[in-house]
Amino acid sequence: MRFIFKTSYAQDLSLAKHEGHRFWYGLLGLLLLAAPWLLSEYLLAQLTFILIYSVVGLGLMMLAGFTGLFSIGHAAFLGVGAYTQAVLTNMGWPFPLAMAAAGLLSAAVGVVVGLPALRVKGIYLGIATLSFGFIVEEVFARWESVTGGNTGKTVSAPQMLGWAADTGSSFYFVCLVVTVLATLACLNLLRSPTGRAFVAIRDSEISAQSMGIHLAYYKTLSFAFSAALAGIGGALYAHQIRFLTPDQFNIIQSIDLLLMVVIGGLGFIHGVFLGAIFLIGLPQAISVVKDFLPEAIGGAPGLKAVVYGAVLVAFVLFEPMGLYGRWLKIRAYLQLFPFYRQGMFKRQKSFQKSDRLK
Amino acid sequence: MSAPLLQAQGLSVRFGGVLAVNDVSFEVQAGEVFTLIGPNGAGKTTVFNLISRIYTPTSGSITYSGPQGPMTLTDMPAHQVAGAGIARTFQNIELFEHASVLHNLLIGYHTHRQSKPWQDLLFTPRVRQAELRAREQAEKVIEFLDLQHHRDSLVAGLPYGVRKVVELGRALCTEPRLLLLDEPSSGLNVEETDDMAFWIQDIRHELGITVLMVEHDMSLVSRVSDRVLAMNQGQVLALGTPAQVQSDPGVIEAYLGSVDDVASLRRPQALPQAPTPDLAPAQKGAQR
Amino acid sequence: MQFVQLVISGVALGCIYGLIALGFVLIYKATETVSFAQGELMMLGAFGGLVCMTVLGFPFWLAVLAAMAGMALFGLLLERALIRPILGQPAFSIVMLTIGVGYVARGLITMLPGFGTDTHVLPVPYKDQLLQAGGLIVPMEQLMVMVLTAVLSGLLFALFRYTKLGIAMQASSQNQLAAYYMGIPVQRLNGLVWALAAVMAAIAGLLLAPITFVHANMGFIGLKAFPAAVVGGFTSLPGALVGGIIIGVVESLAGFYLPEGFKDIAAYVVVLIMLMVKPNGLFGERLSKKV
Repeated sequence: MRFIFKTSYAQDLSLAKHEGHRFWYGLLGLLLLAAPWLLSEYLLAQLTFILIYSVVGLGLMMLAGFTGLFSIGHAAFLGVGAYTQAVLTNMGWPFPLAMAAAGLLSAAVGVVVGLPALRVKGIYLGIATLSFGFIVEEVFARWESVTGGNTGKTVSAPQMLGWAADTGSSFYFVCLVVTVLATLACLNLLRSPTGRAFVAIRDSEISAQSMGIHLAYYKTLSFAFSAALAGIGGALYAHQIRFLTPDQFNIIQSIDLLLMVVIGGLGFIHGVFLGAIFLIGLPQAISVVKDFLPEAIGGAPGLKAVVYGAVLVAFVLFEPMGLYGRWLKIRAYLQLFPFYRQGMFKRQKSFQKSDRLK
Repeated sequence: MSAPLLQAQGLSVRFGGVLAVNDVSFEVQAGEVFTLIGPNGAGKTTVFNLISRIYTPTSGSITYSGPQGPMTLTDMPAHQVAGAGIARTFQNIELFEHASVLHNLLIGYHTHRQSKPWQDLLFTPRVRQAELRAREQAEKVIEFLDLQHHRDSLVAGLPYGVRKVVELGRALCTEPRLLLLDEPSSGLNVEETDDMAFWIQDIRHELGITVLMVEHDMSLVSRVSDRVLAMNQGQVLALGTPAQVQSDPGVIEAYLGSVDDVASLRRPQALPQAPTPDLAPAQKGAQR
Repeated sequence: MQFVQLVISGVALGCIYGLIALGFVLIYKATETVSFAQGELMMLGAFGGLVCMTVLGFPFWLAVLAAMAGMALFGLLLERALIRPILGQPAFSIVMLTIGVGYVARGLITMLPGFGTDTHVLPVPYKDQLLQAGGLIVPMEQLMVMVLTAVLSGLLFALFRYTKLGIAMQASSQNQLAAYYMGIPVQRLNGLVWALAAVMAAIAGLLLAPITFVHANMGFIGLKAFPAAVVGGFTSLPGALVGGIIIGVVESLAGFYLPEGFKDIAAYVVVLIMLMVKPNGLFGERLSKKV
């Protein structure tokens, strides 16, 4: 059982709470750096996808998990970033500049999408973002001169000052750097006044206001930041997948992103990564298991939908804190062994109260 | 006589057909403890909500002596009230449930933030310094209110009495000049109410903060208040020292009903006599 | 004349949206939860009718009743097994759960032999019949939609306004604990509400099937019902219907008068305009917390 002995306020501020953190995360860092030599090309590509989806997921987690604003059309920002990157890279822009532009443009779209958030809450906001998602998808399909419409658009490799990241491992490192920077950015926000303002808005808007938090400013900021991360993730996505079509950014993709943050664990940064691993890993697991199932089930196009749906339902019913929540329980069990009490994480039974009166 | 810290003039607010506050005027002097009393539904919390700009009055105005001179509160948006130096607690506790006590207090310090969001993103040394300073301020409040062993607990699991104290602490962390307390002792037992009384007195004497509070507990009111304003049905009934207001006939009528009503309390006839208990068997038993 | 024709078909489609939206609003009014599964319930209702008519050989009206009864049962089971355990959790979790249920329903249908991803025709007796009046041609399917929707909404309105059941539903949606204290059988009510919403989805599915055919992805039409509910105001039953009709008409007109692609997003543009202008919808109520 680990007791953290605190001797200074700075200790509470630092990201690594104790020596164990430094050790394990350092090990993880080393493994990630060595990945191109440890994994096959196919697995490395999957790991790259995990990193890309993590960046997007970080944005969505900040918006939904920490500010309490649910965006059911988040794939739109992914798409804006992806298409921007595609267009600019094909025009010859160096990679970092194109990615910055993708992030900024997504942030601008995020501000626009966030405008309804200033007036409406809860399900209305969800439907507003859903609507934006559909509209943006349609814009991608119709604006053929820029996006190539439904016939698709090819994306060339990222390049900067003559060096092109066109191999699997070189692009993997690019994604790794971006993911680490994005994670640090989010962690920094969360331990500073801005992050606290987000959490305040999530828990009680009226008191946040009486503490001097300008609701409109912080909500817009949250949308902008979240969209920017999704745009940057989209830029990386464009290079990885090499060929963009508008239906890659439809409602199914938006729900996949939500699935990722919910199953990962809403309200935890770790949940983003666990959710991304789940999102990328599940189709692989399904295709492995498919061969053992009878033809009618294994061959059905709806198999993926059934598994996704069933897992989502199971998590909401049995593990609302998500994968990270389950890990916290396992860790508590191991740390407190044999004194772990059954009801430790049990939430008090709460009754439904009207959301309109919150 | 210096300018009052807060001055409400002719405040009225109407919700649909209900006139919740009707032509209320009062002044709060710097350094005093000013209490609003009145039966439920008198409009006391509504006055608070007008001051913290959750509601906008239909007529009247509120002037406040801010650090840079007088300002008209009724023209300000709600989120600037804290920055002007006015903090409040809520009747039904509006804490941030999924954050720790320390986090709640640090959010209280928000108006003193000096970093912009992009600096927060990079966690520059300036942000680090500001965070350490905020932490020191929060620790002072924790020490003042004896919240040390609750510091890292999630608010969601805390008992009601502790939450009330955390709510007070969060308001103190904004370093206000005027503190609005909405029923600070409701739901607290005798000891906790005693603690609250001492804290209110300390807040006034040691921290130099003016307190405007709504309260029902008359003993607490008499102990800590300098002046009292009694309200009923949205209107002012009486203003004065606690003793003056408590003996004001209008106030007594509002709480207890008028003297004439006592007759209606009398029963139409005397109660039937209860039969006297038969003591004989017990005496016999005692003698044996 | 073309214009009136467009409006009529818009109204008919709008009634379908309205029926699904009525289901949402019903569940929301009673339990404060939003169900994203209504579209898939509609699809299941349509398939239920199809099975009854083709596989089991029921006559039309019996098949309709059987489908409605089957869906009512399904709605009850759904509430009992999945929704009841999680009431009290944040609204978002419940939304995700219903999305999951929708996924499972959609996937399972494709696994049933004989259905898969094909489109099927629902053999209704009034298929291909036309009503001709003063130059207008109204397909019977559209007329049936409008008539039945009117009847249903009338019944529902009466339920909520005049019966104890309706008032009990509203009470339990505003404060569940207080409703328990008042002796309202909250859980039984919730089951009833879900059953009712499922029946309405089934009726919507059976009415829609002759127009769009029965297939596994029918449920996506249900997504357009959300704009309908928002336009009408999420707490208003007549609003849901009016919202649906507005969306249907706008879509129909946009498809003809505006360039290609606007038809698909017309509904969503209307929603956004509504949220900016009148966030609580046409008939919704504005409630704010009292602190």
